[in-house]
Amino acid sequence: MTARIGVVTFPGTLDDRDAARAVRLAGAEAVPLWHGSESLEDVDAVVLPGGFSYGDYLRAGAIARFAPIMDKVVDAANGGMPVLGICNGFQLLTEVHLLPGSMIKNDHLHFICRDQTLRVENAETNWTSEYREGEQIVIPLKNQDGQYVADDYTLDQLEGEGRVAFRYVGWNPNGSRRDIAGITNERGNVVGLMPHPEHAVEPGFGPDSVESGRAGTDGLAFFTSAIKGLLAHA
Amino acid sequence: MPTIVVDVMPKPEILDPQGKAVSSALPRIGIEGFAQVRQGKRFELTVEGEVTEEVLAAARKAAETLLSNPVIEDVVSVAVEEV
Repeated sequence: MTARIGVVTFPGTLDDRDAARAVRLAGAEAVPLWHGSESLEDVDAVVLPGGFSYGDYLRAGAIARFAPIMDKVVDAANGGMPVLGICNGFQLLTEVHLLPGSMIKNDHLHFICRDQTLRVENAETNWTSEYREGEQIVIPLKNQDGQYVADDYTLDQLEGEGRVAFRYVGWNPNGSRRDIAGITNERGNVVGLMPHPEHAVEPGFGPDSVESGRAGTDGLAFFTSAIKGLLAHA
Repeated sequence: MPTIVVDVMPKPEILDPQGKAVSSALPRIGIEGFAQVRQGKRFELTVEGEVTEEVLAAARKAAETLLSNPVIEDVVSVAVEEV
């Protein structure tokens, strides 16, 4: 069996091709999904990629939330289907209430683009099981509205339930509360993060690594984690 | 045509990076004396016909569901603007 992972394209999505490529490099079939469609095409998992859906008008992800396909994604996620939201996809997951909190403009107001070190805080989600807890990875980060905010009650709940999936290491690049880079839902099937694992999956095109320039592929395990979980249940 | 104006502001406890940037730009053009600037959003919903209770209720629903995100923003007013 080959796992089928859908990648949704909204008007203004930028990273759908890279996400689809990451899915293929990890060994699954990438299935393009259109925002206006009401069918998930029998996929086994969904990636909501980065970009500026609907121009980020109103708030990042605020309009994409009401796209026809999102009803199907929410139903599937509530039924346990693995869903990964990257950057704009993470913002969308908060707007559609699959994940708590929200993102506001970076505290320093600048768009930022850099290779970012993260610590894997939860290696038991559908998208992180091929990492080790505490492992540090480097993947690109690029955004303007990346400051994760939530009230203290929600933050305490996330920490207490082990639902902080990734934390920024070395430097908090956007003022996110408690250095949070990514979170998961209770079940561990829905994960959202601001940095971009799909840009660090192929030698020659990733972040610099200790071995050589552009050799970093630390993002690939997001996708192999999901595929391994899907095949185990097949 | 009558207009319903919806005002949305960042919650007081949320830092407002945009307001802060505006605030620090004011002295550069010689405008002093303001302790703080906060930046929000104003929406104008134009109504075809009369503003009934139903229309106002629909505007309030729009304000709560789409025009604002309750995690980071408050709807501070939904009001009919006099022509």
